[in-house]
Amino acid sequence: MGSFTLFWTDGLFFALLLAMGLGIWRMSRREHFRRPWRSVSGSRSAVISATVLAAYLLIGVLDSIHFYPAADHTADGQFKTEAVSLLDWWAAPLRTRVEKTYSAPLAVQGYAREMITGAEGSQCWDYPRLQHGGVHLQDPARDWLGDVLLTGLLGLVKGIGFWMVLAAVAAFVRARRLRVSWKDGMAALVAERGAWRWILSTMLVIVLLGWTLAELGLKYHVFGTDKVGEDVLFQSLKSIRTGLLIGTLTTLVTLPLAMLLGISAGYFRGWADDVIQYLYTTLNSIPGVLLIAASMLLMQAYIARHESDFASLALRADFRLLFLCLILGLTSWTGLCRLLRAETLKLREMEYVQAARALGVWQGTILLRHIVPNVFHLVLISVALDFSSLVLAEAVLSYINIGVDPATESWGNMINGARLEMARDPVVWWSLSAAFLFMFGLVLAANLFADAVRDAFDPRRVE
Amino acid sequence: MTQYLIRRILYAIPLLMGVNIITFVLFFIVNTPDDMARMNLGQKRVTPEAIEKWKHERGYDLPLLVNETAEGVTQFTETIFFQKSVGLFALRFGRSDAGEDIGADISQRMWPSLAIAVPSLIVGLAVDISIALLVVLFRRSYLEFWGLVACVALMSISSLFYIIGGQYLVGKLLQLTPISGYDTGTGAFKFLVLPVVIGVVSGVGSGVRWYRTLFLEEVEKEYVRTARSKGLGEAYVLFTHVLKNAMIPILTGVVVVLPLLFTGSLITESFFAIPGLGSYTIDAINRQDFAIVRAMVFLGSALYIFGLLLTDLSYTLVDPRVRLE
Repeated sequence: MGSFTLFWTDGLFFALLLAMGLGIWRMSRREHFRRPWRSVSGSRSAVISATVLAAYLLIGVLDSIHFYPAADHTADGQFKTEAVSLLDWWAAPLRTRVEKTYSAPLAVQGYAREMITGAEGSQCWDYPRLQHGGVHLQDPARDWLGDVLLTGLLGLVKGIGFWMVLAAVAAFVRARRLRVSWKDGMAALVAERGAWRWILSTMLVIVLLGWTLAELGLKYHVFGTDKVGEDVLFQSLKSIRTGLLIGTLTTLVTLPLAMLLGISAGYFRGWADDVIQYLYTTLNSIPGVLLIAASMLLMQAYIARHESDFASLALRADFRLLFLCLILGLTSWTGLCRLLRAETLKLREMEYVQAARALGVWQGTILLRHIVPNVFHLVLISVALDFSSLVLAEAVLSYINIGVDPATESWGNMINGARLEMARDPVVWWSLSAAFLFMFGLVLAANLFADAVRDAFDPRRVE
Repeated sequence: MTQYLIRRILYAIPLLMGVNIITFVLFFIVNTPDDMARMNLGQKRVTPEAIEKWKHERGYDLPLLVNETAEGVTQFTETIFFQKSVGLFALRFGRSDAGEDIGADISQRMWPSLAIAVPSLIVGLAVDISIALLVVLFRRSYLEFWGLVACVALMSISSLFYIIGGQYLVGKLLQLTPISGYDTGTGAFKFLVLPVVIGVVSGVGSGVRWYRTLFLEEVEKEYVRTARSKGLGEAYVLFTHVLKNAMIPILTGVVVVLPLLFTGSLITESFFAIPGLGSYTIDAINRQDFAIVRAMVFLGSALYIFGLLLTDLSYTLVDPRVRLE
């Protein structure tokens, strides 16, 4: 391959994933956290949506490992091309097979008629064959349906095969854990009413869908192509990273601000409380969209002034994405801050906190050891609930041109582009539908998972 | 009561000042008038004279905080801070960077915004509350389960899809209403139906879930059990007793958004080409007209703070148990 490179957002994303992993590891060793997680894993919708989220995350991670392809090194060590991600490299057939303009899903012919020059010099006004989609077909009118079905079926069969390997691995792991034979492990997986069964069935659906799409995608454009002829399926896949980053990197700003300010306002009271309350009421009163708009305008001015710092388009797009995450964070920490303040106000009067204070424990230790662990469930619930609204917000912001860079693939940009396509005749519906499907899947899974997390961790919801 | 009111109004002043200072810092210190001029005149090949002229025409060539060339009080009044920021307190919005009177634009454009925001709010409330009550009425049944599933699914769809889908389905395929546009007087009705319906539908998911939790809290209370044990039907209990008592949180939740209805909805207005304040703001953002964005930030904040004040007052009006001191 080539030399690896790390964009700012990549680095932060991996750092965040690492922190998340660390958090899960620590939580798995404490009973009071394991109990609510057990209740989450007992909920069918939560397990299914977590599996779906994991699939999205896998694609997002693949798309975050960037490198410069080795072949493009020139002699003096300069890089000729833009960096590509592992996903780009892996899905190279999708990325490189670009048509002239629109084409419908699975089509073999172009979207618009044009003048075609035949072999013997005759000209006719007809739909041209695509350059890549279904070129292997001799007579599209006769072979198309059969080929599509056969290819899809082949994908399904391969998908089932892959899934069986996965299931065998799961059964093996389960058998080792339960210290039973391999066969009994398999039986346990099927018989158990718990999470494993749902994980495996969801994985079956995902693998089948994915493999069918991949198999068809090698021969056709499964979701068609957009105005400049790029594959819509590939764009939708690339947009996953943008959506995930917006939903997660924002917490890098919200959590430190909300926890630091919220807890100190509640714990120290007095003037600190007044100042912090004033701060978040003021910030809260500014309409969020306008604050984001103003900041993005400022950022554009900044980039224009420091053009030399952003050597490549990718760097600039990356900076803009990061900045958007930070600004979204800056406008959305107030809700959590208020919750944390109220909870800390209650906690500081608890007997164990008063005892710690009476014993002369250092304030910082009290905060870290007694307050933070006891408000942590609020943080968890809030992060889970905010994720989906942030993904949705990205689309709206891109529509007002204050979202991610127009060069970045995102569902917002896809929808924005599709707005005018709906007025065309025949209607270009595939971009919008693909963006809808991928976005709906992520947001729905996130919503269902967040609901389960809230139900499990919120002590007021004991039913 | 009056004392409380005065105190709350006094409390609003530092908040507005804070907003004012934040916008001032954002728009004049982080991003200097030179940058604004360059963004408006084009980044490349712009002469310093052209920048100076642009700034002078709009009054951005004054010093930021203290004018040392002036005498006496004018040292502080002949500055950008006084001219552009302090004037906002008196609702003097000044002129946009394109030279139009912002105040006049706002007072003219707020009516279309209201025409769409008020019906959306009222119809939305009625629909959300009715469905939420029905969901509570059929609690612990399949109807509730599937109702909630539908709510989560509706919530997971971006508002953009509702608008684009609605415009395509109702406006283009069925041709029931115009796709977009606006008219004055009663002619506006046919243009308003579609945006209002779409606004209501896109809010149903989260709305129903929210009101359901409010009602569920109320349903467990003892007066409800008493009413039931007196032999009243479940539907009657819900739609009269429970609804009345849940009105307190419902009303206070609504009151806070009332003032913000003036500023309209950014997305809806621009999709349906309604000449309200929302599309005004979007146009300003796209044209990079900082004067209008600044005015709208201040107006929005002021209205939000006013909404908070109204919320506190409405507590005393709907719930006599709450006393303000």
